[in-house]
Amino acid sequence: MNAPTLKFGVVVFPGSNCDHDAYHAAKHVMGQEAEFLWHKETDLKGSDVIILPGGFSYGDYLRTGAIARFSPIMNEVIRFAHNGGIVIGICNGFQILCESGLLPGVLLRNRSLLFSSKHVTVRVEHAESKFTGSSAAGDLLRIPIAHGEGNYFADAQTIASLEENGQVLFRYCDEFGEVTDESNPNGSINNIAGIMNKNGNVMGMMPHPERACELQLGSSDGKKVFESLLNSILIQPS
Amino acid sequence: MYQSTITITLRPSILDVQGKAVELGIHTLGMNEVENVRIGKSIQMNVNASTEDEAKRITEEACKKLLANSVMEDFTFTVKKV
Repeated sequence: MNAPTLKFGVVVFPGSNCDHDAYHAAKHVMGQEAEFLWHKETDLKGSDVIILPGGFSYGDYLRTGAIARFSPIMNEVIRFAHNGGIVIGICNGFQILCESGLLPGVLLRNRSLLFSSKHVTVRVEHAESKFTGSSAAGDLLRIPIAHGEGNYFADAQTIASLEENGQVLFRYCDEFGEVTDESNPNGSINNIAGIMNKNGNVMGMMPHPERACELQLGSSDGKKVFESLLNSILIQPS
Repeated sequence: MYQSTITITLRPSILDVQGKAVELGIHTLGMNEVENVRIGKSIQMNVNASTEDEAKRITEEACKKLLANSVMEDFTFTVKKV
């Protein structure tokens, strides 16, 4: 008997460039089903998990993610998310989730004004989520970032509510797990690297776990995010 | 037909790093009188509307739904008949 698998739908916008990485991580590394979903489609094709990948959808024109948010497939993604479907936005995908209102806040220009492409360390804040269940609170993950607009911002009230509800999942930190200003690569408030919505089914993060799933790529820590998902969905306590 | 000219700027509470960098450049030129540089966007568009009020309403809706993100940006606009 084959082990149960999940189907990952990877949305492809004009300008997406991490779609193949996400597809590869889901299909070849994690051994799951995966299918590309062109942004003009309106059918999620039975996907269990939707990934909005990194890249520069619509050339980042107007604001990052602002135009992708109105792609035909986004209506379905938003409906899917509102019905409890699992949606992950990575980098540009996170920006699109913020623009679409599925996640609060916005990603501003990096405070350095520079595009930043390097491995960073992020701290898992807690394991009580579908995206971190295979980690423990305080675990450190080495994952690359590659963005010019990753400076997470929201008003004080929103930040307070994110923190209070345990919606902050990943924070930039130093190699010892200390959250410091020096380890903050973009100026994000409270060193926020990744958050989820209140219902816990939509997650956005600037670092790229899909690019860190194999040791040949320098780190396989990103697999933890995918393993967490598989464990939380496929091995749910009945 | 009306023409709308929209100006979008970062909200005052948000540090405009681009503006800061440009301000530094201006100071390097010796123009130390300049301060509080803010960078924004200017968008011009034609609106097929029969009255100025209608053109304003459509422009405002476009700003709120797409052109500006109220989490970080403010917008103002003017409308003229063309």
